[in-house]
Amino acid sequence: MKIVVALLLLAGVAALHLLSPWSSLEAARAIEPGLATTLLVELRLPRTLLALGYGATLGIAGAALQALFANPLASPDITGSSSGAAMGAVFASYWLGVSSPLVMALAGAIGAGLALVVLLTIAGRRTDKVALLLAGLAVSLAAGAATSLLLALAPSPFAFYDAFDWLMGSFTDRSLGQAAAALIPAAIACGLLLRRVRALDLMAMGDDVLASLGLRPRRLGIEIICLGAIAVGACVSVCGAIGFVGLIAPVIARRLTKGHPGRAMIPAGLIGGGLLLGADLLVRVIPLDRAIPVGVVTTLIGAPVFIAIVMSMRGKMAS
Amino acid sequence: MTPLLIARRVGVAGRLSTTDLIAEAGQMVAVIGPNGGGKTSLLRALARTEDAIGAVAIDGQDVDRTAEAQRRRLLAFLPASREATWPVAVADFLAFGLGAPDAARIEALIAMLELGPLADRPIDQLSTGERARAMLGRAMAGRPRLLLLDEPLSNLDPYWVLRTTELIRAEVEANRSAALVSVHDLDMVRQFDRVILVSGGAVIADGTADAVLEGQSFGEAFRVARGDDGWTISRPADPRSSR
Repeated sequence: MKIVVALLLLAGVAALHLLSPWSSLEAARAIEPGLATTLLVELRLPRTLLALGYGATLGIAGAALQALFANPLASPDITGSSSGAAMGAVFASYWLGVSSPLVMALAGAIGAGLALVVLLTIAGRRTDKVALLLAGLAVSLAAGAATSLLLALAPSPFAFYDAFDWLMGSFTDRSLGQAAAALIPAAIACGLLLRRVRALDLMAMGDDVLASLGLRPRRLGIEIICLGAIAVGACVSVCGAIGFVGLIAPVIARRLTKGHPGRAMIPAGLIGGGLLLGADLLVRVIPLDRAIPVGVVTTLIGAPVFIAIVMSMRGKMAS
Repeated sequence: MTPLLIARRVGVAGRLSTTDLIAEAGQMVAVIGPNGGGKTSLLRALARTEDAIGAVAIDGQDVDRTAEAQRRRLLAFLPASREATWPVAVADFLAFGLGAPDAARIEALIAMLELGPLADRPIDQLSTGERARAMLGRAMAGRPRLLLLDEPLSNLDPYWVLRTTELIRAEVEANRSAALVSVHDLDMVRQFDRVILVSGGAVIADGTADAVLEGQSFGEAFRVARGDDGWTISRPADPRSSR
């Protein structure tokens, strides 16, 4: 029942996102009836699908990573995998001259996976929260610096300029083909992640107990990391890195699943999709003469929430 | 009759050299030893954690070849760590110990461990001793053939130290199962049918509580001796004069 209400709500937000502003659709129809349809399908639909799908991906991958690392701060952005994906996509695009969205998605996934491997090498998986945070910060900064360097030295002198809008996270002017390149791999990876709901719940008891049940924690860990990297990497390669949704959505979701980290994946996906649709609606509603990247909005909203989580953890550690 | 547990060449690389071990149904076995001696490694090896080697058969079944549902019937492992990351309610945490939902069993566990007032509380907000009780309940939930309990008596108040020992005894007798329990409190050891002494990464003594506690390897491993006023530190003999 609850899930039906949530899905209806999400469909409502998605419809609102797709149809607003209504006036420009009306205007297009006044010029030519087919124009409104073209506008809707070729410009608005990819944007709505990307916002919804990317948000859901961040929610699901974030919840899976948090369950795996036994850490409410683990998320695609905090672990550096979003930055790694951006690095991979920039390298493929400006240095290898890749233009196929699907190859770009692959490059993003490889970059994200690389970042997670480096993170694990520095911090280990079951490390304390501060060590993970610092290692994730180091990986993000390194990947960010490498991305800047790749752009600065890129053969194209305009690389910096035209990458800016993309890397800050944006859904404007993406084609249906790009949306498919991002969302099909992401949907497959998320679907495979959702098969591990129960195993990730049981992981709350620790790796040794999981192994004693015959569930192979090491293999599960590799699986989660690879699938998370593919899902996030594919989205980042098309829309750029978007912060905090993958951190916040699972935190809210676990309130609905009474703390169960694996079961939180589905609600985290719904919440993530809703959050990103909402943030992108906000971008379009705010009357500015220039479009601001949606990644800026999620960061502005997300940073205070992140600080609140850290402060509540500090309180818990002190007690 | 074949023994309940037959372990062949079990060990953990770098921690516990391989050992054979047999345990009978109805047996309550204490695993003792100094810190870092290998108690936890012995239990982990039997629980088949990822670094475990060797082979373990319970009721004649090779544990490594069983899938989750069957394995839950064969064994349960309680780690020494009392850490809990996620705010899962105590009743839900107990359910992690069951392969399928069983409200009656959860209720029985809550009554047995007197967790009633805590049943809906998030486990990460309990005291360490309360958490220890809830985690023991999780391990005992599925009524497995072999209980592997790493320091279940640590962090407990005196009532619960005695009560937990009683509960493990009752379970082992009612279910004709076996329990291997690592214990630090040497005064509790006499409650067990058998004592295994693990030190320096190897099993160095195995027998009744009296035999092990009086044995020579006990003093060498623990460097304590039972005097008239309880346990005292025994000074090792000067190695130059002894050899």
